[in-house]
Amino acid sequence: MIPLSWYLFLSLILFTIGVLGVLIRRNAIVIFMCIELMLNSVNLALVGFSSYIGNEIGQMLVFFVLVVAAAEVSVGLAIIIAIFRNRLTVNIDEINLLKW
Amino acid sequence: MSLFDVAFYVLAFITVGSAIVVVSSRNIIYSAFALLFTFFGVAGLYVLLNADFIAVTQVLIYVGGILVLIIFGVMLTTKVFDVPVKTETLHVGPAIVVTGAIMGTLFGVILKTKWFDILNVQWDGTTKKIGERLMTDFLLPFEVASVVLLVALLGAVIIARRERVKS
Repeated sequence: MIPLSWYLFLSLILFTIGVLGVLIRRNAIVIFMCIELMLNSVNLALVGFSSYIGNEIGQMLVFFVLVVAAAEVSVGLAIIIAIFRNRLTVNIDEINLLKW
Repeated sequence: MSLFDVAFYVLAFITVGSAIVVVSSRNIIYSAFALLFTFFGVAGLYVLLNADFIAVTQVLIYVGGILVLIIFGVMLTTKVFDVPVKTETLHVGPAIVVTGAIMGTLFGVILKTKWFDILNVQWDGTTKKIGERLMTDFLLPFEVASVVLLVALLGAVIIARRERVKS
């Protein structure tokens, strides 16, 4: 039987990989993928808790996280495409017009 | 070691390995396809955790929706000749320090906390329970989520649409 903490460690590793990706990658779309990784790791932890505690509310939360992830990725990609049309780049170091 | 444990190890290996490929691959197309295996691995872990509804939703929404959207984004923002597909990394040193701090903190929390390892309820399908919750306790968040999706849909169309030149 796999203890709950193993699922949590797996979730921790996924979350850390996501944070590392957001910090070191400069392509906006790769950063999006890493955000999806972090959301997935949190979902995994929530489902783990929900399953081991025998209560389905954790899975309800995962459902709402999925909704927010879908909204986030659609609007975010629209913004990236709009930026690419104007600047011809998705490198976030070159998109610094609003940077003070 | 039971078959259940073997399945967990295999799925965990697939998930973490492909997540590393997502972050480390120089080619953005490889990253997008490695993300596919990460999503499938997480869906398999949901199956192991008796979360059937969430596993199917994961495959439908993440693999069928979000990943396809991301691949479209890759194709639309990568010009074949001018902008190279490859992307570079930078600030690796400070990033590893920050990431290590986060990882150490969470690792300590997980190790120090006494988790409830005894309760592992065997469920016979969660879809009915989730549906009942959605229509009773979580009715307002459910409706708000639908409004959020509608607004995101409209916003994405308006932002991504090419502006018409006014003559």
